[in-house]
Amino acid sequence: MQAVFSTPKSMKEDFKFTFCPGCDHGIAVRLVAELIDELNLKENTICSTCVGCSVFLYDFLNIDCVEAPHGRACASATGVKRTNPEKFVFTYQGDGDFASIGFAESMHTAIRGENISAICINNTTFGMTGGQLGPTTLMGQVTTTSPFGRNKEYYGYPVKIAEQIALCDGTAFSARVALDTIPHINQAKQALKKAFEVQLKGLGFGFVEILSSCPTNWHMTPEEAHEWVKNSMIPEFPLGTFKDLTEVGVNK
Amino acid sequence: MSSEKVLIKGNYAIAQAAINAGCQCYFGYPITPQTEIGEYLSAEMPKLGRGYVSAESELAAINMVVGAAATGAKVMTSSSSCAVALMQEALSYACSDEVPVVVVNVMRAGPGLGYVYPAQGDYNQAVYGGGNGDYKIIVLAPATVQECIDYTYKAFYLARKYRNPVILLADGLLGQMMEPACFGENPYPEVDVSSWALTGAKGRDGKAIYSCARDEKAHIQKIHDLFKKFEIITENETSYEEFETEDAEIILTAFGSMTRNIKAAIRVLREKGVKAGGFRPITLSPFPTKRISELAADGKDFVVVEMNMGQMFKDVKYAVEGKSNVSLVNRPCGEWLSVEEIVSSVEKILNKKEGAYASCI
Amino acid sequence: MGLIKVNNSRCKSCYICVNTCPKGLIKKSNKTNRLGDYLVEFDDKNNECVACAMCAKRCPDLAIEVYK
Repeated sequence: MQAVFSTPKSMKEDFKFTFCPGCDHGIAVRLVAELIDELNLKENTICSTCVGCSVFLYDFLNIDCVEAPHGRACASATGVKRTNPEKFVFTYQGDGDFASIGFAESMHTAIRGENISAICINNTTFGMTGGQLGPTTLMGQVTTTSPFGRNKEYYGYPVKIAEQIALCDGTAFSARVALDTIPHINQAKQALKKAFEVQLKGLGFGFVEILSSCPTNWHMTPEEAHEWVKNSMIPEFPLGTFKDLTEVGVNK
Repeated sequence: MSSEKVLIKGNYAIAQAAINAGCQCYFGYPITPQTEIGEYLSAEMPKLGRGYVSAESELAAINMVVGAAATGAKVMTSSSSCAVALMQEALSYACSDEVPVVVVNVMRAGPGLGYVYPAQGDYNQAVYGGGNGDYKIIVLAPATVQECIDYTYKAFYLARKYRNPVILLADGLLGQMMEPACFGENPYPEVDVSSWALTGAKGRDGKAIYSCARDEKAHIQKIHDLFKKFEIITENETSYEEFETEDAEIILTAFGSMTRNIKAAIRVLREKGVKAGGFRPITLSPFPTKRISELAADGKDFVVVEMNMGQMFKDVKYAVEGKSNVSLVNRPCGEWLSVEEIVSSVEKILNKKEGAYASCI
Repeated sequence: MGLIKVNNSRCKSCYICVNTCPKGLIKKSNKTNRLGDYLVEFDDKNNECVACAMCAKRCPDLAIEVYK
């Protein structure tokens, strides 16, 4: 018999995901690893990791990684890319890292049009610290720091990351995808591939926001969490590609 | 050109020395009184095919530096006081990550926004750091524009030799003044970084540079190892300058550009018959504790002269350990203490002749 | 004919695969992992598995390998 589905080669042999049961992070990491394999990037890649649920990314992926402080992955990746323009450089961050503490770095990296790829896992909470209100927490959503639900008086509004990034002149690709169903997982991989390819073609900043479930902090079963992604998150954070310069070429 | 003497501003001297030292990319954000470093490099680096990034903040700049340094690249950032405060988090990371980061701090007055006139108020910030946890940075304090050049070369070398961040602690006076100086050749050899630098996992497993700890024992060991490394740095790199200490009864102690004024004050005091000498730490970290202790054991008193509220003063006191008297002559910021002010303060201290005496002018 | 292998050291018993398999070939097992959670097992007596790999694609822990 032949293997039709197995662990990507660029995963570490003895990796153990530190994610909670049913968390979509694992799927996102797998998609990244599969693309590193398919695009033959393992030997040429340097990743800037983040602080949050995916802090141990370098224990899962068998590639070179540099840890950035919370929120600074895009700045760190800028440093890596500017001194190593021939390397493939990407960040893997959460919504808190990318769009709260690190939004200035993330936006400016996109505005400068740094030739890197960035991935942001949006699960509407600060997962690692136990599910606090984050930049993408939905209106009305109850978290440990919005016990009566998010309202505009206390917390303001959630940020639509992929749309914001798409507004930047330096962005070559920006899309939002989800991992709640098989078709969505397949689309997510295609979007990630584009975000990687725009870097390889030198078109600018490639970005994918991935809507991801957080069963633990949402207090749901994994399947209920995926239903919530479908029924609550996607209507608020519509899936799609908001910018794609693949055919147009780099912004002048 | 290398042996030629040129009249050059301190900030430009640092910038050109960074180029000579092989700096591949500069990351920075403007702040007075160091902005000329970025201006100079934005013009020169592109001509050399090297990098210049106008960062969105000092926070971003230092993290760009850490990321680039993790790949073994020679990189730097420069800033001043209140903005170097923004870099403290990343410096703690860089020490733990063991990446060779070079930071230039051309000090201005604090606290807070303070003002743009010079000061030496970042001694504590540089030597003790504002980041979290136990870490140590190498701190070099130049006194002349020539030394701005020499220690910029040295900063790049030491950072890579020991895989430790280095701060070049200059001040607004040095940054803004012009002086004849000679660039010479960068005297330091290249350091092989291939054993640890991130280059992509070609023909090997992926490696990671990180500070995050999961294993308590390993974490404790790592901190011990970092401090052992700093013991070696202390042994090899502690650097200071002494003048006329042999027969001195009282030793004027200063760092950075205040060194110039104590040198002149010593001449005046000697003419007046006071057996004055001078001591000037070049490395503020590692601090020349041992040498100060030896001088104190000979019964020599110390007068620390600095432009802050006595930040190096306490390190000198710590080194002296009560073996002799330590006094302070200081001003928090602004106009540098003049030779006359230093001389008259020392005379007052000599007339009192009892215990530590502080004279804030 | 298809076959799946579940890596019990990676499986965290989230049961997404149990709910995903269109033919219901993955079931909760009586065996437990070290946390006491019931693992899953592949039960394909009638050789119904076509190796569609939907279970593996949705497994967040890369615990399923699929063969054909």
